[in-house]
Amino acid sequence: MARITAGVATSHVPAIGAAFDHGRTQDPYWKQVFDGYEWVKTWEKAEKPDVVILCYNDHASAMMLDVVPTFALGMAEEFTPADEGWGPRPVPVVQGHIELAAHLAEQLVLDEFDLTLMNNMDVDHGCTVPLSLMFGKVDAWPCKVIPLAVNVTQFPTPSGNRCWMLGEAIRDAVESFPEDLNVQIWGTGGMSHQLQGPRAGLINPEFDNAFLDGLSGDAADLRKITRLEYLRESGSEGIELIMWLIMRAALGEDVEELQRFYHVPASNTAVGHIVLKPKEAAKAKSAA
Amino acid sequence: MTTKRLYPLSDLNDIPGTTVFNAARAREAYHLHKFCMSLMEPANREAFRDHQRAYLDRFKMSEEQKRAVLDRDFNKLIDLGGNIYFLVKLSNTDGWSVQRAVSSMTTMTADEYAAMMREGGRSPEGQRSIREGN
Repeated sequence: MARITAGVATSHVPAIGAAFDHGRTQDPYWKQVFDGYEWVKTWEKAEKPDVVILCYNDHASAMMLDVVPTFALGMAEEFTPADEGWGPRPVPVVQGHIELAAHLAEQLVLDEFDLTLMNNMDVDHGCTVPLSLMFGKVDAWPCKVIPLAVNVTQFPTPSGNRCWMLGEAIRDAVESFPEDLNVQIWGTGGMSHQLQGPRAGLINPEFDNAFLDGLSGDAADLRKITRLEYLRESGSEGIELIMWLIMRAALGEDVEELQRFYHVPASNTAVGHIVLKPKEAAKAKSAA
Repeated sequence: MTTKRLYPLSDLNDIPGTTVFNAARAREAYHLHKFCMSLMEPANREAFRDHQRAYLDRFKMSEEQKRAVLDRDFNKLIDLGGNIYFLVKLSNTDGWSVQRAVSSMTTMTADEYAAMMREGGRSPEGQRSIREGN
């Protein structure tokens, strides 16, 4: 049986990808960011996930505005890094897991999530920057990836609560997949940032840290944060944080926090990163 | 069935210095977006750099949108329906960092903006609501 063994969240700032690709990770400005991911890179090598369900948003690279799906699941065998105007990132092609993706597509629609299914799409920095942060510079990504793109750009986005419910349904769907797979779920984007207008540059550490506390503690309150509250408190692009709720909900009721990192800034953005393990998985491991 | 509305949608216009991108704006910006998306092809970036005005005329954008592209006036482009996620294809083509493009929408210079970010960014105090002034 497939199991969700851990949840990981991280910001997916494009400038982090650019610093990574141009060998600037040890520059003083960027070192403070990349040092925050040393722990997780070692941990991932030991965890060896088979598949990552990677919640991210497309930044008008593959979908919007021709189509604006609320939830779009990547069904393809592979996903090529997109050219976002400066050439594609020099990172490996992302390999999909078509059997698990097909199972998710079936189960999630049966559970009344009206997904859009993407049989052909490129993936942008939203998907590839988290992979670089978790796995470093590699010739091939060490696991399969099922990209799940969420509309966090065009109002109304799905609500935080809807994202939570999707996370719960993903957990059930993974657990009903017969093959024995070690599956992780990642939530990406955020934390507070605003990339438009005179209010650009907004950062709200108080909101961000309360959000991180909620993820590892009592997450119930996070479900109630409205879209308007995200926009006011965490900036117009901070609403990407709803994707972290998909990750959190897929881990079940109780979680153990393994790692946390928070740093301001990377370019325009507050960088947040957290690694969580479902309590049952933690227990099962110590019993084994 | 109507889900309970937790706040009037007009509250989305109550956030200082912020334009909320919605379906109506997306429609207004559709051809501007097509132009920006075309810059994902190296040959198109080249053609745009060579003859910006002629390249823009290939798209069904409004004259105002074309003008704002030529002026690299990102606040204006957002007024005219744009969204930063496709507008950065334009600033990327110019070789600008996203931070530079974003800073151009504030009253600061790029250096002043970068310094503000290094010092922790813009505080949300007084930036949450026009009505409440908080």
